[in-house]
Amino acid sequence: MAYLELDRVAKQFGAQTVVDDFSLAVGKGEFISFLGPSGCGKTTTLQMIAGFVDPTRGAIRLEDKNLAAIHPAKRGLGIVFQSYALFPHMTAAENVAFGLEMRNVPRGERAERVRAALAMVGLAGYEDRHPRRMSGGQQQRVALARALVIKPSVLLLDEPLSNLDAKLREEMQIELRQIQRTIGTTTILVTHDQNEAMSLSDRIVVMSQGKIEQIGTPQETYERPASAFVSQFLGKTNDFAGTIDRTVVPTQLVAGSWRAPAPAGLSGPVTVSVRPERIGFGDAGLSAKIMTRIFQGNHWLFQCDSECGPAIVIRQNDGQAQPAEGDAVRLTWRPEDMSVRARAGA
Amino acid sequence: MSTAADERNARAPWALTAPALMLFVGVLLIPLAMTVMLSFHDWGQYKGIEPVFILKNWHEIATDPYYAEMFWRTFRIAILTTLLTALLGAPEAYILNRMSGRWKSIFLLVILGPLLISVVARTLGWALLFGGNNGLVNKLLMSAGVIRSPIPFMFTETGMVVALAHVMMPFMVLSVWAALQRLDPQIENAAMSLGAGPVTIIRRIIMPQIMPGVLSGAIIVFSLSASAFATPAIIGGRRLKVAATLAYDEFLNTLNWPLGAAVATLLLVALVLIVVGSNALIERRYAEVFR
Ligand SMILES: Nc1ncnc2c1ncn2[C@@H]1O[C@H](COP(=O)(O)OP(=O)(O)OP(=O)(O)O)[C@@H](O)[C@H]1O
Ligand SMILES: [Mg+2]
Repeated sequence: MAYLELDRVAKQFGAQTVVDDFSLAVGKGEFISFLGPSGCGKTTTLQMIAGFVDPTRGAIRLEDKNLAAIHPAKRGLGIVFQSYALFPHMTAAENVAFGLEMRNVPRGERAERVRAALAMVGLAGYEDRHPRRMSGGQQQRVALARALVIKPSVLLLDEPLSNLDAKLREEMQIELRQIQRTIGTTTILVTHDQNEAMSLSDRIVVMSQGKIEQIGTPQETYERPASAFVSQFLGKTNDFAGTIDRTVVPTQLVAGSWRAPAPAGLSGPVTVSVRPERIGFGDAGLSAKIMTRIFQGNHWLFQCDSECGPAIVIRQNDGQAQPAEGDAVRLTWRPEDMSVRARAGA
Repeated sequence: MSTAADERNARAPWALTAPALMLFVGVLLIPLAMTVMLSFHDWGQYKGIEPVFILKNWHEIATDPYYAEMFWRTFRIAILTTLLTALLGAPEAYILNRMSGRWKSIFLLVILGPLLISVVARTLGWALLFGGNNGLVNKLLMSAGVIRSPIPFMFTETGMVVALAHVMMPFMVLSVWAALQRLDPQIENAAMSLGAGPVTIIRRIIMPQIMPGVLSGAIIVFSLSASAFATPAIIGGRRLKVAATLAYDEFLNTLNWPLGAAVATLLLVALVLIVVGSNALIERRYAEVFR
């Protein structure tokens, strides 16, 4: 049974539909990421769960209770805002204690829980600091502690790491995942950083223009993208135009001079997507010419001009000789490494 | 390593600020110093001003209860005006800030618009509405039988406070408005998500953060009210004098310039002390919010 459920939720601002037909079932303790480009409606969806924005259509249920009937102050969700929204006139401890105070937790227990929450995010000893005297990463931790100390049923994170520099962001990602694993809070993270979504979440919800493109585990969305948008958005990919030829037996998938047994259920023009690291150089396959060769330490990056358009190939730097710029090569890959979709308009 | 160039560089700031500096010294510092000196001069009905150094005027101000009462009234009116503007202006700014787009700009204009109209015109408006038997409101209420005699407004401290608060309101609203702009737009949502109700949010989250704005607005309103001339002159007239109108009368009616200068100097010194003192207090108290 789903713990948190969004049932065909939609939001319109005037004539503009910002979120449309959004259905998602989140299991208890799951870590979900909303991933999508800027303006695709991630924050709006999160704010509808939080109750700051009312859905135009659809229902949101938490443990089978309709959230629409519950005031945002009573939902008991923990929220970390992109700007942190810490209370600048309170110390770190007072910030964290605020939610407990609102719940009339007795003073002694409150102090103990605040101390424990700050210790958990690695801020023991910072109790009496004011937010403006803390670094971005420390403020972010206070915001996390403030959201977690109330033992929220769901933790909502709106791009909490986007204000941090790359190194700190990576550290915080690891820490966030560890904390979430330890206390097992159901978590929804909004991000437009695909690496962040991949490394943190159990499942990713890929969004584009207010609609869900795909829901799946990080591997699924990466290796079996449901749409061109998903494969483009999640890392680099090569899209080749191909056709499925059902006139021959057995039926064949043909892309340039590359051919393989056709997958079931498709016919006519298709798009073949292959990740650059899954393409190898062989004796048969797509003929191409290497335009540039870039050395990147642990791997080589080749930009090729193939008979089906430009292609990118990434090869591990395993010490073997690699083709040089200007060489004619054949590109090949295993059938299970590609995903094939019907090609519209051809 | 050329010392000539260094010297030229060192002199450049002085040279560049010289015109403004001269203006400042010429129209502010020199007249101010002369006013202070004037307050130590002697004056007589027939002999006029005598440039000697005596403490007569200061002694008179210090001993005659008339002056104590008048200064006390000046600051009482200024404090009440400040309280009234804070009580009305802070919620006004908060509500204004919560309005959406177009309404916000319309009402901001409504609030700031009066600044474009002369203080005299705005105060005279009150006189037209409440001035004795002929005031519009008084006439209306009396003919409707709501009141028997006109509401006392002219020549009262209440009238002065109300009119001053009206004149000073934009300064308070602007100052609180500026503080509200510094608030994180999600701060109320953050408090709400932690379980705070609307009253708690205003009392625990909004108020402490806009307090510096309210207080700096209060300093502006207080100092402008304590030294205000036009509004007290029109509402209070000759009967209810404050420091500014008294100094004016001494200068232009009694022609006792030295006494007027002493009153003006005392007002200035008291104001500077109050403003600088409270400013230092506020900055210390709200160091975290100001940073
Ligand atoms: N209050 C509002 N009124 C009108 N339009 C809005 C409002 N809030 C958001 N929008 C619009 O809804 C769309 C989605 O906004 P949203 O903030 O959900 O995007 P997002 O996915 O969070 O983007 P980002 O990654 O930039 O934060 C945007 O086009 C935005 O202009
Ligand atoms: Mg957003």
